[in-house]
Amino acid sequence: MSTLEIKDLKVSIETDQGTKHILKGVDLTINEGEIHAVMGPNGSGKSTLAYTIAGHPRYTVEGGSITFDGQDVLAMSVDERARAGLFLAMQYPVEIPGVTVTNFLRTAKTAIDGEAPAIRGWATSVKEAMANLRMDPEFAARNVNEGFSGGEKKRHEILQLELLKPKFAVLDETDSGLDVDALKVVSEGVNRAHQTTGLGILLITHYTRILRYIQPDFVHVFVDGKVAEEGGRELADRLEDEGYDRYLTGTATQA
Amino acid sequence: MSVALPETGHYVPVQTRSERFRSVNHAEFPEVTGREVDWKFTPVDRLRALIDGELDGSPYEVTHPEVAGTWVGWVDRDDARIGTAGIPEDRASANAYGTFQRALHIAIEQDAAAPLTVTRDSLGTGPRAGHVLITAAPRSKGLVVLDSRGDAQLAENVELLVGEGADLTVVSVQEWAEDGIHLASHFARVERDARLKHIVVSLGGSIVRVNPAAHLAGQGAEAELLGLYFADAGQHLEQQVYVNHDAPQTVSRVTYKGALNGEGAHTVWIGDVLIGRAAVGTDSYEQNRNLVLSEGTRADSIPNLEIETGDIAGAGHASATGRFDDEHLFYLQARGIPEDEARRLVVLGFLIEVVQRIGEPELEARLTSALEAELEAAR
Repeated sequence: MSTLEIKDLKVSIETDQGTKHILKGVDLTINEGEIHAVMGPNGSGKSTLAYTIAGHPRYTVEGGSITFDGQDVLAMSVDERARAGLFLAMQYPVEIPGVTVTNFLRTAKTAIDGEAPAIRGWATSVKEAMANLRMDPEFAARNVNEGFSGGEKKRHEILQLELLKPKFAVLDETDSGLDVDALKVVSEGVNRAHQTTGLGILLITHYTRILRYIQPDFVHVFVDGKVAEEGGRELADRLEDEGYDRYLTGTATQA
Repeated sequence: MSVALPETGHYVPVQTRSERFRSVNHAEFPEVTGREVDWKFTPVDRLRALIDGELDGSPYEVTHPEVAGTWVGWVDRDDARIGTAGIPEDRASANAYGTFQRALHIAIEQDAAAPLTVTRDSLGTGPRAGHVLITAAPRSKGLVVLDSRGDAQLAENVELLVGEGADLTVVSVQEWAEDGIHLASHFARVERDARLKHIVVSLGGSIVRVNPAAHLAGQGAEAELLGLYFADAGQHLEQQVYVNHDAPQTVSRVTYKGALNGEGAHTVWIGDVLIGRAAVGTDSYEQNRNLVLSEGTRADSIPNLEIETGDIAGAGHASATGRFDDEHLFYLQARGIPEDEARRLVVLGFLIEVVQRIGEPELEARLTSALEAELEAAR
């Protein structure tokens, strides 16, 4: 069974005001098949964790480790991580001029599998996956994310999740900017991928709303770059009632 | 025919594009020093033969398919239409104008049944003068590809007459041999409610300078001017684009994109837009983007906008020259695509955006392969 293990992870970024320490010692272990929700107020370091796992060059790892089945993830390039089976559904997917969705998906699938997918079977899979996500087939001919609405971009992220079949996926605020209908469609996609491939999921969110559709096994509350509290699904219910104030007052007092 | 003769002896460059000196007579232009506003980025010393030398103005061999609704042939230099789209604004252009014997006429007489590709690939290495006249009859629709390959040392003027309500696309493809030298001035006159899509694709040649000017002469006229270029080591690719909004409710969009790779790769883009007093309700936007792939390159990019009326719908310009967008690379790499493949996709995508707007699948596929070959060579 595959395991993603994060130990005492410390991460900073360079800003105009100098080095900013964002993650201050994060521990998390996710096994294949498990769904973990990471929740927390804005600025608590949730997205930094997502981008650090994916290997974005903006983030500097100052200490700790990320291992995937014993392999040192931090030593891998961004594309090596993806080929090892890690996936990041981005909060703000960028537009890529001149690269069509069809071309992009085939290129990514070929890179991840190490061989080109069979032409006919692949076209059918793409068509089905798009239909499941209620995506207009004409999106296949459009350039990646170009002119997509916020909801269309998120569907396109989940489309990739379903087609590339990673072992672990980090979903970075996939729910943000979605209306209820789109949220349901996107959540169904995540649940479908989970049932079909049994992947492990790290679901990053500010709100509890998405957890009505995607049931987490574990909930971790992030505050000021650390896990402040952990628990089961019931912790999410409690956050829904009480919000994050309890933790924020706590940090304020400590500071 | 001449406009605003310069005072003899000392030439004062005019700042306003619409007042630039024009003449069909080579001798009326002052000698080119290389300091002039329209020559200062160009390696003029390698162009003396075309600027001042004797040129061969005889017709050359062209090949083209028979396409219903179109006509291709040679017409006399005293044809009444010649000189009506525009006359030379520089000395090399005037040298060609004074020398050509007959003009290559490409006519869209009614809706063209298919794209019309006119190929010229045997111009030879001697200095030549040429003149091309492309006409689109009122309310006709057609797509013309002027496909240039092989050796060349050519100075020419290309006139485009777009009749009322016509819809004309012209693609000028420069895939000259390595030593090819080509100076071209394109003059388009776009009549009422007509639409011109003009695309300059410069990939091959040593010095290639194609300067398109579009005169939006009739109410509701539209011009979309697109360009695509890839300069390798030592290559000079230049385009000076001029849009003259001269009638109400005219629309123009200028988009030029280029890539530079290798020591001495030099590209020039100058974009002049004039919104004249008559051009109320004008909507105009011009942009140039350059992607720098290596050290030792130079991209000059200069947008100019002159507005003589206060009543316009919109006018803007943008110019950017830079390296890769790291966020593009990150997104592609995060999907498992190795870095060099991701770079190739990003550069190709950046340029192909222009190819995608041609609207002719066969040419689009050919240009995509040509760009892929350029990128392969750049690795």
